[in-house]
Amino acid sequence: MIVAERKPFDEIKEMIKERKKVLNIGCGTCVAVCLAGGEKEVDVLTTEIEMARKMDENPIEIDKITIERQCDREYLEALDDMVKDYEALLSMACGAGIQFLAERYPEIPVYPAVNTTFIGINQNVGWYEERCRSCSSCVLGMTAGVCPVTMCAKGVFNGPCGGTNKGKCEISADQPCAWYQIYERLEKQGRLDEILEVVPAQDWENQKPRTVVQPGYEKVKEES
Amino acid sequence: MDDLKSGSNLEKVLKAGHFAFTGELGPPRGADAEEVREKAQYLKGNVDSVNITDNQTSVVRMASWAACLILIQEGIEPNFQMVCRDRNRLAMQADILGAYAHGVRNMLCLSGDHPMFGDHPTAMGVFDIDSMQLIQMVKKMRDEGKFLAGEELHGAPKMFIGAASNPFADPYEWRVHRLAKKIASGVDFIQTQCIYNMERFREFISKANDMGLTEKCYILAGVTPMKSVGMAKYMKAKVPGMDVPDELIKRLQGAGKGKVAEEGIKIACEQVEEFKEMKGVAGVHMMAIEWEHKVPEIAERAKVLPRPEV
Repeated sequence: MIVAERKPFDEIKEMIKERKKVLNIGCGTCVAVCLAGGEKEVDVLTTEIEMARKMDENPIEIDKITIERQCDREYLEALDDMVKDYEALLSMACGAGIQFLAERYPEIPVYPAVNTTFIGINQNVGWYEERCRSCSSCVLGMTAGVCPVTMCAKGVFNGPCGGTNKGKCEISADQPCAWYQIYERLEKQGRLDEILEVVPAQDWENQKPRTVVQPGYEKVKEES
Repeated sequence: MDDLKSGSNLEKVLKAGHFAFTGELGPPRGADAEEVREKAQYLKGNVDSVNITDNQTSVVRMASWAACLILIQEGIEPNFQMVCRDRNRLAMQADILGAYAHGVRNMLCLSGDHPMFGDHPTAMGVFDIDSMQLIQMVKKMRDEGKFLAGEELHGAPKMFIGAASNPFADPYEWRVHRLAKKIASGVDFIQTQCIYNMERFREFISKANDMGLTEKCYILAGVTPMKSVGMAKYMKAKVPGMDVPDELIKRLQGAGKGKVAEEGIKIACEQVEEFKEMKGVAGVHMMAIEWEHKVPEIAERAKVLPRPEV
């Protein structure tokens, strides 16, 4: 899933300090699961802003709503009649959701209340780790399910580099060396010979905005 | 290794079967060419080629290729180090062509330390290609006269291609295979990480000999004399992939006050003596870090002078 973190409160407050009437919009999907921008977090932030502005003697009228997904036109539609009543929108969705919201209402300023951090996994409730950089050219089959692009700090395709340190990455004793893990796993699977060949330079597919049109897309259109 | 690939002095020394002795120079944190010239004078005539580091430890310095040109002006052969951290494949190929056009004939292809270690810790690490792929790219430019993407270039950069090897980083068993991959990628010579654990290095080179790797490329053993006990302890504890045995630290401690640096040089010279006799070792890369002025003395005492004229 997509993992986000709420921005520091002061940063959010600063962004909207001139705005008197704001709608805080949560997102019920990824950012709700990772406890950054779902209904609960919307409640907390809205109350915090209201109180802080009252203390500053700069009161704000702030309302809240959480929709199922801000990256989906179907759900955004529910906001169409509401947004015109506000000076600005605060979004607690991921970067994709925030942009789709801003695209739908180009005349209204939209501010992000979270920093979108990564595509990751759920280690525990409230503990998430990055696993994928969505590079568009997956090599996990070759690397025993450990991503060299995401998990190696130098994105090395022919590792491990000379900086590996007792199974850890040179950047931190808390960060496992991805290539050490790849080596260990391939060794267990009896597949070390598969990384004896040099992997040539990668064709990066993620250097421009990407679009995916599934084969089923046209079909659905034809049917409808 | 029949015909000369680059015609560099280093290549000729190695090809003639001499025991090579290379040095290292870190460019300054500024635009003063005199700083480079000053350091270079200590190396002139005492080494076959001088590695010019490329923003080492991720700290911004005068560009490696630029300092290489100053060395050429001084009549010293440089070894242009290039890391994958700071530029993409376009900039790398452009710099290779430019450096060659100005007379650079040796290159050392490296991954580079992570930016977080340096003076701009939040800089984007490029790592468009890795060190193995960089070797492949330089070889393709040299031998096929083609850019990485396949198009022909006019005027191939005939570089003598080097890379690093760390015999001590784990997984230890894999190190010799990674060396084999670098050779398969097209490397002509290797300069190893600083060697302190001689026993482990003997094992490594013996494996490399058994696999026939030392016949396919020249291996220069990396030596850095210890200046102090603090330096030895720091390298042991803080520098990733560095293997500093306790006995070495004890020996330095035993040297007594004011004599540690002298003991460090003595140890380095003993190492050079052993490498001269070690099967599979074609030379020594002396990395006297910020100690360039000591190189004439080290070279003298390690009995590697005079350097061969080839």
